[in-house]
Amino acid sequence: MVQYLSVMANNIKITINGVTVEIELGTSILEAARQTGVIIPTLCYHKDLCVAGNCRVCVVEIAGQKRLAAACATPCEEGMEIFTNSFKVRNSRKHIIELLLSEHNADCTRCYKNGNCELQTLSSEYKIMTQDFIRLVPFKNYTIDQFSPSIIKDDSKCVRCQRCVRTCAELQGVNALTVAYKGDHMKISTFFEKAMNDVVCTNCGQCINHCPTGALVEKNYIEEVWDAIADKTKHVIVQTAPAVRVGLGEELGFETGSRVTGKMVAALKRLGFDAVMDTDFSADLTIMEEGTELLTRLKQVLVDHNPEVKLPMATSCSPGWIKYIEHIYPEYLDHLSTCKSPQQMFGALAKTYYAKARNLNPETIVSVSIMPCTAKKFEAARPEMHDSGYRDVDYVLTTRELAIMIKQAGIDFMKLDDMHYDRLMGESTGAGVIFGATGGVMEAALRTAYELVTGRDVPFENLNIKPVRGIDGVKEATIKIENPLKEWAFLDGIELKCAIAHGLVNAKKVMDSIISGQSNYHFIEFMACPGGCLGGGGQPIPTSPEIRRKRTEAIYAEDEGMPLRKSHQNPEIIKIYKDFLIKPLGEKSHHLLHTKYTARKRY
Amino acid sequence: MTTNYQLKRADFIFKNENDWEKILSKNISRPPQELINELISSELKGRGGAGFPTGLKWKLSAEAVDEIKYVICNADEGEPGTFKDREILSKVPFKVLTAMAICGHVIGAKEGYIYLRGEYFFLRPELNKVINEFEYYCREINFDFTIRIFMGSGAYICGEETALFESMEGKRGEPRNKPPFPSSYGYMGKPTVINNVETLAHTYTIFKYGAKRFYDLGVQYSRGSKLFSVSGDTPKPGIYELELGMSLEDFVEEFGDGDTKAVQVGGASGFLVPRKRFNETAIGFQGKLTGISLPTGGSMMLFNSSRSMFNVLDNYLEFFREESCGQCTPCRVGCQQLLNGIKAVKRGEKNAQYLDKLLRLTETMQYTAKCGLGQSVANSFSSIVENFREEMIY
Amino acid sequence: MDPISELIKNLADQHGRNRHNLLPILQGVVEQEKYLSEYSMIEIARELDLPAAEVFGTATFYSFLEYKKMGRYIIRICKTITCSMKGKNQVLMAIEDMLKIGVGETTPDGKFSLLQTNCLGFCHKAPAMLINNEVYNELTPEKVREVLSMYMNRKKEGGPYDN
Repeated sequence: MVQYLSVMANNIKITINGVTVEIELGTSILEAARQTGVIIPTLCYHKDLCVAGNCRVCVVEIAGQKRLAAACATPCEEGMEIFTNSFKVRNSRKHIIELLLSEHNADCTRCYKNGNCELQTLSSEYKIMTQDFIRLVPFKNYTIDQFSPSIIKDDSKCVRCQRCVRTCAELQGVNALTVAYKGDHMKISTFFEKAMNDVVCTNCGQCINHCPTGALVEKNYIEEVWDAIADKTKHVIVQTAPAVRVGLGEELGFETGSRVTGKMVAALKRLGFDAVMDTDFSADLTIMEEGTELLTRLKQVLVDHNPEVKLPMATSCSPGWIKYIEHIYPEYLDHLSTCKSPQQMFGALAKTYYAKARNLNPETIVSVSIMPCTAKKFEAARPEMHDSGYRDVDYVLTTRELAIMIKQAGIDFMKLDDMHYDRLMGESTGAGVIFGATGGVMEAALRTAYELVTGRDVPFENLNIKPVRGIDGVKEATIKIENPLKEWAFLDGIELKCAIAHGLVNAKKVMDSIISGQSNYHFIEFMACPGGCLGGGGQPIPTSPEIRRKRTEAIYAEDEGMPLRKSHQNPEIIKIYKDFLIKPLGEKSHHLLHTKYTARKRY
Repeated sequence: MTTNYQLKRADFIFKNENDWEKILSKNISRPPQELINELISSELKGRGGAGFPTGLKWKLSAEAVDEIKYVICNADEGEPGTFKDREILSKVPFKVLTAMAICGHVIGAKEGYIYLRGEYFFLRPELNKVINEFEYYCREINFDFTIRIFMGSGAYICGEETALFESMEGKRGEPRNKPPFPSSYGYMGKPTVINNVETLAHTYTIFKYGAKRFYDLGVQYSRGSKLFSVSGDTPKPGIYELELGMSLEDFVEEFGDGDTKAVQVGGASGFLVPRKRFNETAIGFQGKLTGISLPTGGSMMLFNSSRSMFNVLDNYLEFFREESCGQCTPCRVGCQQLLNGIKAVKRGEKNAQYLDKLLRLTETMQYTAKCGLGQSVANSFSSIVENFREEMIY
Repeated sequence: MDPISELIKNLADQHGRNRHNLLPILQGVVEQEKYLSEYSMIEIARELDLPAAEVFGTATFYSFLEYKKMGRYIIRICKTITCSMKGKNQVLMAIEDMLKIGVGETTPDGKFSLLQTNCLGFCHKAPAMLINNEVYNELTPEKVREVLSMYMNRKKEGGPYDN
């Protein structure tokens, strides 16, 4: 009762466009307007980031004040009278958009973001049909940086909202981008304006997800993949990551968080891929290898006291995270699991196991992957990813690029009938699909490892390990091992301490706590992107906490809907060990499925 | 044309009776509320150009609840045509330090900073000596207050209070969103009083002589005296302490060279007043003689008929285009559009009506820019273009 | 330790290693080296545990924190309105003529760099310029030639006349 009263005392009355409303004290004008059904246009504002208030698009009029106020940055006060579309506001807003357009390369028809650009939307809403102001672009020496394998930075399209800078600083803690110079020279830049691949950039692509225009986009390989498909001498196989199936729909008319797995497979077949298989399969495979690796390490540390073996062990499937630890904590590379990511495991098997099974010359195989990730483009190009004897993954397409190809092929996605993945590397369990969400790798690993050690299911209802799920930046879970099988007796009574971090700024927190000795985890899952892969740099734009939440729900729904929920139950996994790999961490696995890392410089 | 006409002088700022130790001791034993009331009744307003009532500023910070508070002296004098703060810091620095310390006593701050513009680096050695002597005396009388100099590095925008805080925090000098205001969230997020050098010097006068002596000078809404930095086409450039409220006509009578075409009041952020409006214009914060009144940091630049107003405006816009921090759209792009615009009109690439479009743009800048820089470009732009339109075109 | 790292370490010891100590450290390096090289920015980032891009972004904001190589004596001549009115251009031409460099350039012997700057606060004694931290005002072409000759005849670094 007391709590209810104090909430009441914190409410104030304001008027928006003549309508009086009651809102909580401290709410911004922008948020208050949204609650009352009034949409104020914004540009530099983003739900994931702190308020900047620099674009001035969201300005509104407050009665009694001569100057307009930025709605995103101004808290409401008792009795405020706000007008979001007065004469002053409308004319000012038009001017702001015109100014932005005057310093912008407005060649929309030739822009990668044509159709999904926030400046375009503003210009269209306000019907900016003339350019009275002087075009400033010819006076500037704008450059395009295309050197990175993942990201293209085109300064001529930058509106200087600073969303990318704030993302790289607040969400990722990488700070590859900064605001430099001042006045008319002010721009978004890297250290000394170097190319993105010359500075400490993890290729995570979060900057791309948060950029409102085409200033930051992914490097796309659409034409290369079309060419490969058209080449009759090539056998093009494609793998799809778990997170793609809950994001792809957003680009093709479906609501956020729609599961479009069957339609995605059907579309890929129609595009002309010779085989459509699933990264979830190699996710299950990763669990077999990594689970075994974890248990082996535990034995080597707890029983053999081998000083060369390091705990905690960290997952290694997020290439953004890998590049991050290589730059910032190179002395801790021994903590990384030696397992490759599911994408790379699949790629290595595609040109060996798959080629042999289908009687194909590996030279004719083009291996493509559809990923929610831009760092995967960098990962596929890493020099050590040639264990098949060829480049293991030839091209990586983001979810967005696949949607473009589907549209280009004239496929009416919504009308497609569901189809199934092809055999051999297309079967998966629920454990594989949850890789797409933060906590998923951990949960999948525990479902298998716990059963391996105790012979029983993890002690969580319906195998849903809730403590590892959720949006908290750092999550912890402890599982007590009791009554293990005889061969794992050394683990009896051990409390397996696990941590999960998503977003590189949280990875830093966890790493720092390990270094300072504050924590004593055994196993940590690291994901570079907020929300895990489903919030990856290659997923549909825009992104927001709400969007990621819906995609997360979809991932876990997909998991619950699968007949098999544990990686070691996957019949294709059982088959590949029987026929090819023999055993986890065996010689074949070691050669094809495990990798080394590269220490890089901090600066 | 020489004239013996003289405006009403005052002589408070530079008169040095070497009595700062006495003034400091006396005032730090007075209760803070009394000192605040004294300042409020003096009606002293900020002398940096913004004109915020100083008594109110100190009151708000005093009322803020926080263990740590700061007093900052804004010595980032950068407004074109202003050079009075440099003179104050060279000639009577002890007054400024004393005022800062008294402010510390009033609001509950133990640390004071002087944000000194990088261009005034040569003042540092002497100023450091003065600070040492000052701190020594404070320790002698058991008054806990230290003062440090923080150097700027060449950024006009750092004279804006929140940009100054950002600069002192080791970041780019980009102004913050307001609210919150410095009295509750200033340097390092703590309640901060930030005052111009001259404002602090005036508080010294008020604490020494009492509010009435100050109040008796000037006119309604514009009490007291002010330092004016006079330059340009004038036979007597220099710094003068004058009572507020004088008419511009009288000012030009004394300081003009007989051929004054226009006066820029308040620097590039201020207004250009043409000859025909001299008798309508008074120098103060509000109210009037017969017409408008202009707030000012005290920069008075006189232009005679040999000067091209186009060149003057071009110079100002070049200044703003360079010194803008660049974060907000209206200022960053607006300044570029204004400069390129007047050049285009002059070259005949755009017709004269384009000037009206630019005038409307400056209105938008006035309403939507994030800080005073962008908001003030309209002042000089509109006053020059409206009064000297032909010079923009031909 | 190389001289730059040593300088930065000393500055950090003197001022502190927090973010709010960044500006005095940048200024300290510029004071001695006359500019901030890539290397010195990285060393500062390392010493203060800051991202390199942040150091770059902050330094490039301030006009007096040069990030391109500068001469030993940096001439900054005021180009704001009053100095402009009082003959800045003639003075500038005299400097360009004498040193054989234009605005933004450095003499081949590395002695002088020529830049323009905004209002120095000497409008009543215009035109004005800074050479490093020294102010020279009421300039005329003759006076500026005198001043520059004085600098040209100065002893090497560390002499009693160096500022």
